[in-house]
Amino acid sequence: MSGAGPRENIFPTRMALTNTKLRLKGAQTGHSLLAKKRDALTTRFRAILRRVDEAKRKMGRVMQLASFSLAEVTYATGDIAYLVQEQAKTATFRVKAKQENVSGVVLPTFEVDRVPGTDFNLTGLGRGGQQVIRAKEVYAKAVETLVELASLQTAFMILDEVIRATNRRVNAIEHVVIPRLENTIKYILSELDEMDREEFFRLKKVQGKKKRDAETAETQRRLLEETQESVDITPELGGGGGDLLSSKDEDVIF
Amino acid sequence: MEALFFNVDNGFLEGIVRGYKAGLLTQNQYSNLTQCETIEDFRTQLSATDYGNFLANESLPISTSTIADKATQVLVDQFNFLRSNAVAPLSKFFDYITYAYMIDNVILLITGTLHERNTQELLERCHPLGVFETLPALCVATNVEELYRTALVETPLAPYFRECFSASDLDDLNIEIIRNTLYKAYLEDFYEFCGTLGGPTAEVMQRILAFEADRRSINIAINSFGTELSKERRAELFPSIGRLFPAGNNALARADDVEQVRQACEGVAEYRAFFESGPGSRGRAQNGNDSQAYLLDDNADGLGDSSGAAELEDRFFAHEVHLNKLAFLQQFQYGVFYAYLKLKEQEIRSLTWIAECIAQDARDRIQDYIPTF
Repeated sequence: MSGAGPRENIFPTRMALTNTKLRLKGAQTGHSLLAKKRDALTTRFRAILRRVDEAKRKMGRVMQLASFSLAEVTYATGDIAYLVQEQAKTATFRVKAKQENVSGVVLPTFEVDRVPGTDFNLTGLGRGGQQVIRAKEVYAKAVETLVELASLQTAFMILDEVIRATNRRVNAIEHVVIPRLENTIKYILSELDEMDREEFFRLKKVQGKKKRDAETAETQRRLLEETQESVDITPELGGGGGDLLSSKDEDVIF
Repeated sequence: MEALFFNVDNGFLEGIVRGYKAGLLTQNQYSNLTQCETIEDFRTQLSATDYGNFLANESLPISTSTIADKATQVLVDQFNFLRSNAVAPLSKFFDYITYAYMIDNVILLITGTLHERNTQELLERCHPLGVFETLPALCVATNVEELYRTALVETPLAPYFRECFSASDLDDLNIEIIRNTLYKAYLEDFYEFCGTLGGPTAEVMQRILAFEADRRSINIAINSFGTELSKERRAELFPSIGRLFPAGNNALARADDVEQVRQACEGVAEYRAFFESGPGSRGRAQNGNDSQAYLLDDNADGLGDSSGAAELEDRFFAHEVHLNKLAFLQQFQYGVFYAYLKLKEQEIRSLTWIAECIAQDARDRIQDYIPTF
């Protein structure tokens, strides 16, 4: 009995052994596949991490520039917030979501879709119109950076989750499923061996018993012969029941 | 002749305004302000000037817009004092000054009312100099027709409205076009009014207004490139005064790029200088260009235009300050009041700019304000 470690609760037969061996093989293949997937995802994850870092730094710079260009607008024209707010009717800056497949993981990616022309391109007509246009451009760039960052950040979160799940699976297979299957196989093997040994021992016993029986029969027969020789004539009294044992049937083993 | 009796009516106010003018920040104070590390330092520096403790009750951190608002409030208080002490025709002159702000406020209310915005919020956003008693009445209107009637009846801008628009125009036209048309009518009217005052007032004010008109014309021309504004419409927005009028304005109306605008301005020596970007010129646009080059490289050609225009804008401001300073050289005329208002506005802009640079840590651009005295 391999008492160490958990095993599956099955009947130790040759059939079960074959099945379990097949399952172990499957588990090992699965393990290597999952490990490969994990590595691929991790590589991707690192790349995204690097890009997130870059994008965040860029965002810092761009947002600074953008708010500064707004300061320029305020310098040149004063407060235009309300007019722009009222005159903007349709969005010129849209975000489209797409899907990307990385090793079986669906990652959403966001794309910028800019419609040329605006509703408020006459704002600041009398003064500071150029600054308004420039501020708009710079802010559009800033939002583009934000969109890029958002798409990276989402990918980052999802990948993180998936990598963790994959890691859990790899570890589970490596440290739980495979040892259990191995234990089961060991158990089945040891049970089968045990049964072999028992069988062997029983056969031995049967053989020994047969030998003993044969010997007793022999001595009895010899005794009988001796008494027959001494008595010589003993009248046959209708069928000797004890003789049944003396007549040995070859076919009967026990 | 007018010098003989000027002081009877206006001597007191002229004295006051010249006193105010002495309180404008000097170059020395500006350089102190640009040395500030934080907005807190900035406030301390300002408290040593004529602004005094105008920011004392603000809780930290102070936003730049608060500074601008409070500084404007100081200006408004001064202006209202002058205005309430004025007698005709100076009081009429002050009325004319406020019309410019009224135009902005009325436009704001029209935009807001057409989009059914909260009245209170709209009134808060109005420029304090352009507020008049019947201004809130504009918010009552529910449709365009009514709005137009209210504008005609209730606002001092009625003549400009009457001349320039019908009720249906309010609905169809872009609000910026309405604003600029009104402003054009206002400038022409103001110009004429200064003409009737005669004497040094007319001389000083018409010089300033002519420049203002030219500046608007040039700006409208430059800003309308690549927009839906047709050339005929554009020509209608140009004030029919100023040194560019009429030949320069005609050329501006036909211009398709900055180069043609420059040619249109060739006729006036001062304006020619605006378009020259020599090595000695101020580095604002170049700085901006460098720092943004990595961002905007894909539309570099468009940026070239706009940074040139930004520089132009600065030169306009500088020239305006110059003209306003000249107004103080002459006595016995009303130009000083207008000039003081404009200089103070420029000062507030410069203050806001410096504060903004400090707040955003953009040290390299902090020198780009326009000093007054």
